[in-house]
Amino acid sequence: MQLPPLPAKAVTIGARADDWREAVERAGEALERSGATFPEYTKRMADVIDEFGAYVVIAPGLALVHARPGPDVITDGLAVVTLAEPVHFGHPHNDPVSVVVGLAVAHPDAHVTSVAELANIFNDEAAIPALAAAESVEAVQRIMGAEAVQR
Amino acid sequence: MKIVAICGAGVGTSAILKLNAERALERLDIEADVAASDVASLAQSAADAQVILTSPELVKAIGTTNADVVVIDNYFDLDEIAAKLEVAVG
Repeated sequence: MQLPPLPAKAVTIGARADDWREAVERAGEALERSGATFPEYTKRMADVIDEFGAYVVIAPGLALVHARPGPDVITDGLAVVTLAEPVHFGHPHNDPVSVVVGLAVAHPDAHVTSVAELANIFNDEAAIPALAAAESVEAVQRIMGAEAVQR
Repeated sequence: MKIVAICGAGVGTSAILKLNAERALERLDIEADVAASDVASLAQSAADAQVILTSPELVKAIGTTNADVVVIDNYFDLDEIAAKLEVAVG
């Protein structure tokens, strides 16, 4: 399965967040704005980090925030939020985070394969710094790959 | 050889780790089955695994196991994953 599309509405450049919880909220808001999720999903993404810690910071500067599928997911969704000031999530090596990718999927089976697609973007070590420095929504969509872009 | 990649919520960061572990193993020319699982079903999924791959944040949650626990900092760094896997299975 392909990654969910990344509509312009799901991209926020230079968001303000004072801590990781606000950073997760910014990503949740972007998913809500694009019509993928209800606010309850945003809260559940923070619950995952409260329960398991900052493992969602899977590479230097990048958090992949998500929760399990649930009734608060309307449709599969992807969001990208870049932060004006990086925030600490509490990861021993990969803090601080300047790029937050939000992910929601409606069905559990799809989730695992679509997340793996992100490896094809981020195995390029230039991708995270390029996203952090992106100055336009279009630039973010371009970095995230043509297959993730909805025109 | 069985390797299990573990994440917290069971919804997919382990899938990234699984995919990149498979790529690293191919580079090392090592044959192994790599599965993706989560902390909650670890006892079952990793019962016969030689290696568990995970985040530094989840080591505590994994607890006692007979498998080698290999901690990956950057899930997208194939050099890191290959070097650590080579030590664990070598």
